[in-house]
Amino acid sequence: MRQIAFYGKGGIGKSTTCQNTLAAMAALEQRIMIVGCDPKADSTRLMLHSKAQTTILHLAAERGAVEDLELDEVLLKGYRDVKCVESGGPEPGVGCAGRGIITAINFLEEEGAYEDLDFVAYDVLGDVVCGGFAMPIREGKAQEIYIVVSGEMMAMYAANNIARGVLKYAQSGGVRLGGLICNSRNTDREIELIEALAEKLNTQMIHFVPRDNVVQHAELRRMTVNEYAPDSKQADEYRQLAQKIVDNKKLTIPTPITMDELEELLIEFGILDSDEQYQEALAADKTVATV
Amino acid sequence: MATVEERKELIGEVLEAYPAKAKKLRSKHLDVKADAAADCGVKSNKKSVPGVMTTRGCAYAGAKGVVWGPVKDMVHLSHGPVGCGYYSWSGRRNYYVGTTGVDTFGTMQFTSDFQERDIVFGGDKKLDKVINELEELFPLSQGTTIESECPVGLIGDDIEAVARRKAKETGKPVVPVRCEGFRGVSQSLGHHIANDTVRDWVLPKADEYRKLPNGFEPSPYDVNIVGDYNIGGDAWPSRKLLEDAGLRVISQFSGDGSFNEVVMAPLAKLNLIHCYRSMNYICRFMEEKYGIGWLEYNFFGPTEIAKSLRKIAEQFDETIQAKAEAVIAENEARMESIIAKYRPRLEGKTVMMMVGGLRPRHVIPAFKDLGMKVIGTGYEFGHADDYKRTANYVEEGTLIYDDVSGYEFEAFAKELNPDLIAAGIKEKYVFQKMALPFRQMHSWDYSGPYHGYDGFEVFARDMDLAINNPTWGLINAPWKA
Repeated sequence: MRQIAFYGKGGIGKSTTCQNTLAAMAALEQRIMIVGCDPKADSTRLMLHSKAQTTILHLAAERGAVEDLELDEVLLKGYRDVKCVESGGPEPGVGCAGRGIITAINFLEEEGAYEDLDFVAYDVLGDVVCGGFAMPIREGKAQEIYIVVSGEMMAMYAANNIARGVLKYAQSGGVRLGGLICNSRNTDREIELIEALAEKLNTQMIHFVPRDNVVQHAELRRMTVNEYAPDSKQADEYRQLAQKIVDNKKLTIPTPITMDELEELLIEFGILDSDEQYQEALAADKTVATV
Repeated sequence: MATVEERKELIGEVLEAYPAKAKKLRSKHLDVKADAAADCGVKSNKKSVPGVMTTRGCAYAGAKGVVWGPVKDMVHLSHGPVGCGYYSWSGRRNYYVGTTGVDTFGTMQFTSDFQERDIVFGGDKKLDKVINELEELFPLSQGTTIESECPVGLIGDDIEAVARRKAKETGKPVVPVRCEGFRGVSQSLGHHIANDTVRDWVLPKADEYRKLPNGFEPSPYDVNIVGDYNIGGDAWPSRKLLEDAGLRVISQFSGDGSFNEVVMAPLAKLNLIHCYRSMNYICRFMEEKYGIGWLEYNFFGPTEIAKSLRKIAEQFDETIQAKAEAVIAENEARMESIIAKYRPRLEGKTVMMMVGGLRPRHVIPAFKDLGMKVIGTGYEFGHADDYKRTANYVEEGTLIYDDVSGYEFEAFAKELNPDLIAAGIKEKYVFQKMALPFRQMHSWDYSGPYHGYDGFEVFARDMDLAINNPTWGLINAPWKA
């Protein structure tokens, strides 16, 4: 069984990419389970064709403790028999969502949810803000990390930070970086930029997923592209990504870069202005103002 | 007579066992009192060295166990998982008068008993519910304090909001005390935090909460006893002494004290403070806010009692001074007979002490009254001002150890071989197994009181019982038998 996890900046399209890719992987005869590790519990809706499934923690809170739950109450089978489970968590601003994820994963392990599987995929909340969100990396649960990224600055900044998290636990837990998935935002020279970033991080851009409205059309219908439009070009992109992940042998210990190096890279690709350009722009504004 | 140099050599030898960094850190906390020094020469109130055994507690211990805990008619809620509350249950022997479970709650223990669910989803709802239940079960309680345990601080529960809401609903004080154990270096911060909650949550509403006793008229002789926690009944003989001297004690804050006494405190003319370390903060505040002066006193042993009584009486008029003299004179014969009885049995005996906030200095003269000599002393959690005050109590050549580690204390004791070790429960059995007589100086070993003239009689008897107990002479190492 391979355990993989999708990380990336909030709003980058992790859950969408994750479900679309896993749906395609399921078509390759892989037995898969998705573990949603985000309090807002939207990691399985495209699989289950539902708004949000009952989460482990909400049911546990209702009953008293996770010990009061049965696995089949929270583990549902979705599209192509992909097993779906959501950790759930508190509403924003109260309690400890990180601890919730730890509790939920421990419950799944104790209940034997990990049996008879080829892949377990963790879909983790945007930013690794505390130890709890690093749990899938930390305790050797996820062995391969895929970072969903785009050519936007903050997405790359987040990707570099996640690489740091992976590095931290690479020695102790044996976790490896599987690659960057570029979920295109149609920014300038996006492929080259992400490939350059991947090289600096000692990894690969495993696939470039172009932007296509069919993804949104499918989402509206609470479906993956593979199910909604199996013959579309986008469905084929996800199939390619699925095959690449199944075949992926390039698992590396990342080499995260400093903030300065990241900025240099962005300047090189014209996303950030250099100091000189910045000064010139300021001077130009001044001339306009005085005129 | 040991010289300062010899003792310094001993410190050097003991420090040899440490790795370089720990040695450097610990060396600043160990010293010898030099003749003319106005200070003890040690650093204090610093983080304990990782890896050593320290006797220190945490902020929760200081806030709940020491300052708030003895307020007998409030419920003190250990907010968080069950362990902190359970293992601190009746840890201190603050005696009180009342019907436990009806109008007083001192020996009961309350906890919100956090479960995993409360951590993940936050514990505020449970806290709200617990306070409702407490109100229903114990309608005569005069309010609640919420002592937050570590996890509450980690998950960021808003206990202040709950406290405000419940105070409004119940019409009683609900005081949130942010004494998470990971804060600060010892229980000392917990004292400070608890004092601050009195300042911020109680005193601003004191007029509203206060229930004046029937026919209460302010008097120029109104005083508070502050920082006497009534261990083994200590505050009672202290109160009697002050009353015999003509003063009126309107608040015992907090030993055997009620919530009403806490809010009576601002009406006093003078704060008399016994444990300076744990309650100086609120005394300073009351001085600033209400213009109430404060005075430290020491009621251990006849010498200090007389000194303190005179110092207190000086703050008042001649009637009080005359009465104080009369109290001292009245007790003279009794004190002499106690000393005559015990001094011959204790003369020249040496003591090593290590206690909490005031006893490492305050008890020294009581030992002296019995002809005993303190050759080493130190605090668990004292600050620089405590060590400065200690300098006036100790003699040249006294070993001073701050936040002494288990190893250091044992090593010093083996070398100095005192006749008595006076420290806490954590040290007790180690030294008794070394066949050294031991008395607990936090809890008085199931005995007490030790304060005041009445207390001195008990103190003298207990020291004699410990030191001259024939048991110690019967203990031999098995391989020497």
